[in-house]
Amino acid sequence: MYGGGITFDGAGADTLASEDPVRLQAFEARIERGEKIEPTDWMPALYRRQLIRMIEQHAHSEIIGALPEGTWITRAPGFKRKLSLMAKVQDEVGHAQLLYSAAETLGKTREEMITDLISGKSKYSNIFNYPAYTWADACFISWLVDAGAIVNQLANAKGSYGPYCRALERICAEESFHLKYGHHCVIYLAAGTQQQRAMFQEALNRWWPPMMHFFGPADKISDHTRILMKWKVKMATNDAMRNQFLDMYVPKIRELGFTIPDPMLAKNPETGVWDYTEPDWEEFKRVIQGDGPCNRERLDVRRIAEARGRWVREALRSPRAVYSMPLA
Amino acid sequence: MTALKELLYKIADDQLIIGHRNSEWTGFGPLLEEDIAFSSMAQDKVGQSYALYQLLNTLGEPPPDTVAFMREASLFRNCQLVELPNGEYDFSLVRHFLFDTAEALRFEMLIQSSHIPLADLARKIRGELRYHTLHANTWIRQLGSATEESITRLQQSLEFALPYALGIFEPSPYEDALIDQRIFAGEQALYTRWQEVVEDVLRPTQLSLPAWGSITPRLGGRQGQHTEHLTSLLDEMSEVFRIDPAAEW
Repeated sequence: MYGGGITFDGAGADTLASEDPVRLQAFEARIERGEKIEPTDWMPALYRRQLIRMIEQHAHSEIIGALPEGTWITRAPGFKRKLSLMAKVQDEVGHAQLLYSAAETLGKTREEMITDLISGKSKYSNIFNYPAYTWADACFISWLVDAGAIVNQLANAKGSYGPYCRALERICAEESFHLKYGHHCVIYLAAGTQQQRAMFQEALNRWWPPMMHFFGPADKISDHTRILMKWKVKMATNDAMRNQFLDMYVPKIRELGFTIPDPMLAKNPETGVWDYTEPDWEEFKRVIQGDGPCNRERLDVRRIAEARGRWVREALRSPRAVYSMPLA
Repeated sequence: MTALKELLYKIADDQLIIGHRNSEWTGFGPLLEEDIAFSSMAQDKVGQSYALYQLLNTLGEPPPDTVAFMREASLFRNCQLVELPNGEYDFSLVRHFLFDTAEALRFEMLIQSSHIPLADLARKIRGELRYHTLHANTWIRQLGSATEESITRLQQSLEFALPYALGIFEPSPYEDALIDQRIFAGEQALYTRWQEVVEDVLRPTQLSLPAWGSITPRLGGRQGQHTEHLTSLLDEMSEVFRIDPAAEW
């Protein structure tokens, strides 16, 4: 899901062929038995590379995702919302910290990952390339984008790589509070004035198409995908996650009296699967490739923050600096 | 009672405005750990202001949301230091050090206050601020002795911030009443203790303090005279709230 499809691009056909078949078999048997793979364990190069890419993109999504909501911290209406939103966005940055550490156990440094983010080489969740125009957009993100993330993360928490699973368990626990906070905000808009209701309906209209894109296009079931599923790197198909999200949240959105802007959206009573208007995957690709409403702005912010903070990081590494244990 | 209210307003306004500024670092810090640290301090400070406004509410003032989100800039009693924009990290860090050193001492003094609800609250807040000064002192000592750039930046920010920092201690018209009633030992006493701590922390660094007497304090904040930055901060802070102040958000 993270990086929407880019995650599962070409693997290099010869990668697996060059692995030691005995070790590979033992590795696969461990995963089959439900054991976790730890950083010092042997693993195929493809497994390592795929996990780095996935965890890294997840980490980037957390720090970039902090930006559209972060702009509403200074505008949150009232103490209760201001305090909650600060804590929520802080959690997201903390998730990035956890995830970068998990990815580092596979051999790529945080600095390298941030450099790849800024250069555009590595991606982040596409949804954060859309702007949060009003307070209601921030509420949509807190409730429904986080809900979508939880669907994905709960699935991945059952994966095979120990450090990622443990990070995700903690992340999911925190995300469940974000979900409650976001739902609470939306309930207040739903039960509020006509203007407040209209604010959320407009936000829903704006954010529904990117939300449908969120889980990525239907997976092409290639040999590559089959291997990743066998290795418990990819735990559920994009369509399955999207369907689960719709199952859980369409009724809740409708319960609050809002209209989801897709006349085709309905659960098929025979299959139990949701029908919907096919999302515009051309737009999805265009935005991933950098041509979305906020791609430039998001990366510029990151680039500027990195440049402005460089002297601080250099000063931390300076041999002249004497770190003295603070007297707590 | 007016003396007490004035004291509470200025402390609460300081905490709210610096908390708001600290929260602006979310997503922009020089490293993730600093994003997180400034956000933690922001949450503490905004929470502290909320508790102080609640105390004011029990003394007959309007509820916290109204006081924080509906007052005009000229009614705010914060010092000008806290309303200045974050600027670069060196300024934010130096301000954090100068301001939190004063606040930690202020709340320590307030633990002795004859107004019991304030003394009780001060005890709780003092515990939280211990981590803020620990953070500030660690970073000031580290960056104040590291590279030429970090030392130069911190020195320049220190010289820029000091006149505003002295504005923290702008005396109130009620100083004598506060001292007589043992509500608060007064700004002058706080200023003296603050100078000592600031000197102690900076001593092992390569930063130098100008002679205290050579600094002209930037006063006025405690009387509602502010820089233009406070107005824009408040406009932003109340943007959604003022769409419909009667609505529940």
